[in-house]
Amino acid sequence: MASTIRLAVCVLLSRVPVGYILRGMKTIMVLLLITVLFNLFLTPGRTLVSFWKFTITWEGLFFSIKMAVRLIFLIIASTLMTLTTSPNQLTDALESVLGPLKKIHVPVHEISMMMSIALRFIPILMEETDKIMKAQMARGADFESGNLINKIKAMVPLLVPLFISAFRRANDLAMAMEARCYHGGDGRTKMKPLIYKRRDASAYVLLCAFLACCITTRVLGI
Amino acid sequence: MEIVKTIKLIHDYIVRDEEGNETGKVRAIDGVDLDVAPGQFIAVLGHNGSGKSTLAKHLNALLYPSEGQVIIDGFDTTDDAHLWDIRQEAGMVFQNPDNQIIGQIVEEDVGFGPENMGVPTKEIWERVEESLKTVGMWELRKKSPNRLSGGQKQRVSIAGVIAMHPKCIIMDEPTAMLDPSGRHEVIRAARALNQVEHITIILITHYMEEAIYADKVFVMDEGKIALQGTPREVFSQVDRMKELHLDVPQVTLLAHELRKAGIDIPEGILTKEELAQALHLSKPKETRA
Repeated sequence: MASTIRLAVCVLLSRVPVGYILRGMKTIMVLLLITVLFNLFLTPGRTLVSFWKFTITWEGLFFSIKMAVRLIFLIIASTLMTLTTSPNQLTDALESVLGPLKKIHVPVHEISMMMSIALRFIPILMEETDKIMKAQMARGADFESGNLINKIKAMVPLLVPLFISAFRRANDLAMAMEARCYHGGDGRTKMKPLIYKRRDASAYVLLCAFLACCITTRVLGI
Repeated sequence: MEIVKTIKLIHDYIVRDEEGNETGKVRAIDGVDLDVAPGQFIAVLGHNGSGKSTLAKHLNALLYPSEGQVIIDGFDTTDDAHLWDIRQEAGMVFQNPDNQIIGQIVEEDVGFGPENMGVPTKEIWERVEESLKTVGMWELRKKSPNRLSGGQKQRVSIAGVIAMHPKCIIMDEPTAMLDPSGRHEVIRAARALNQVEHITIILITHYMEEAIYADKVFVMDEGKIALQGTPREVFSQVDRMKELHLDVPQVTLLAHELRKAGIDIPEGILTKEELAQALHLSKPKETRA
């Protein structure tokens, strides 16, 4: 109950259209259905209805509803995060969370820089794959027919040119970064620093309250 | 004092076989002397493999001379203590716009250089705004670079360099991967920077039409400077340019052929308007003859 309220508040605060979030649910519909059905029929307990070989138990009913709600909440919460937070904010956050690890020489800045560059290059590499695929198809390569194993085998010749071009890009990018004075995280300032504000504090308070609420209900066995 | 100066610059690439043994050297740059005064617009021409990109990398201390010296605004590029000064003062724009944009949205990419230099946050924003406005990309600052056209991406790259407040920008074939309208955008931005902000521009290109606006043109061939001078001086040597596997602008070629055919017009015509003017002036003489 508490988490329903919390999620609803989050959705409202984010001002993301509700329809947009619900559309994201379509992809997990199958998974949801399977979990619900399995839980519904295969949980032992007091019989509710029974026909032919199937029995639905009270426990099964409750359990499947609980599972469905959990899954739905999980998906909503994660879509909400990716819709409201840019990948760069996420990598920045990662860098600041892992900050203390710098003391034991974990290259935190480098890791987060790598992640943000990887994210930037995903669409470019996808485009590249598409181009190579079309070039090979033009010369008679077959990516469509055959079973799954054949299809996977057909993808192998894609990898070599893709890797070569990725390395070449990496080389160019490294040079471009160096040309723009990149020299690791030392002495670097931030264009968009993460600063704690009032609302971050209130978010923390709410989160702690919610957690406390959850734990007490659990302990009290409600 | 020159902003960019090279003295007898030589660069050798070491050729290695599969085991990594040295098998020979390829001389990419062979004794280049370059003097660029502040505020100039310089064009470097040359066919593929003439050493022009290697030269560009020397000017940003991405490569070090095998022999000779490169001096950028008084700093020797081999002097590690001033490495970051050199890279800040001599900004570099590369050929492929996709491979030099680091940020995921336009404004973050422009801020990348100043971030590296340790500029305070507030000033980064000022610099980003100023440089995006200079190249006319301010309206698109929140866009992802993947959604921009080639010319726009290249203008973002230029903005990224301007934000570092360089005295000199080296552009290594910035238009090679662009369509004609993108090329036009980029060249216009480069000329505006030169004329309005008085930033020295060194434009490396193999499009002759881009070189006609330069104050001085250097033509490279096999690592050496084969020709140098004003665009008019260089392009009037049509036959020499052909020997170097280079074209001259179409208008210049046309004028050259007309001249050879006996029409009385001067050598080294660079624009259509000039040609029209020259033909107009030569007309009376023709009718008299």
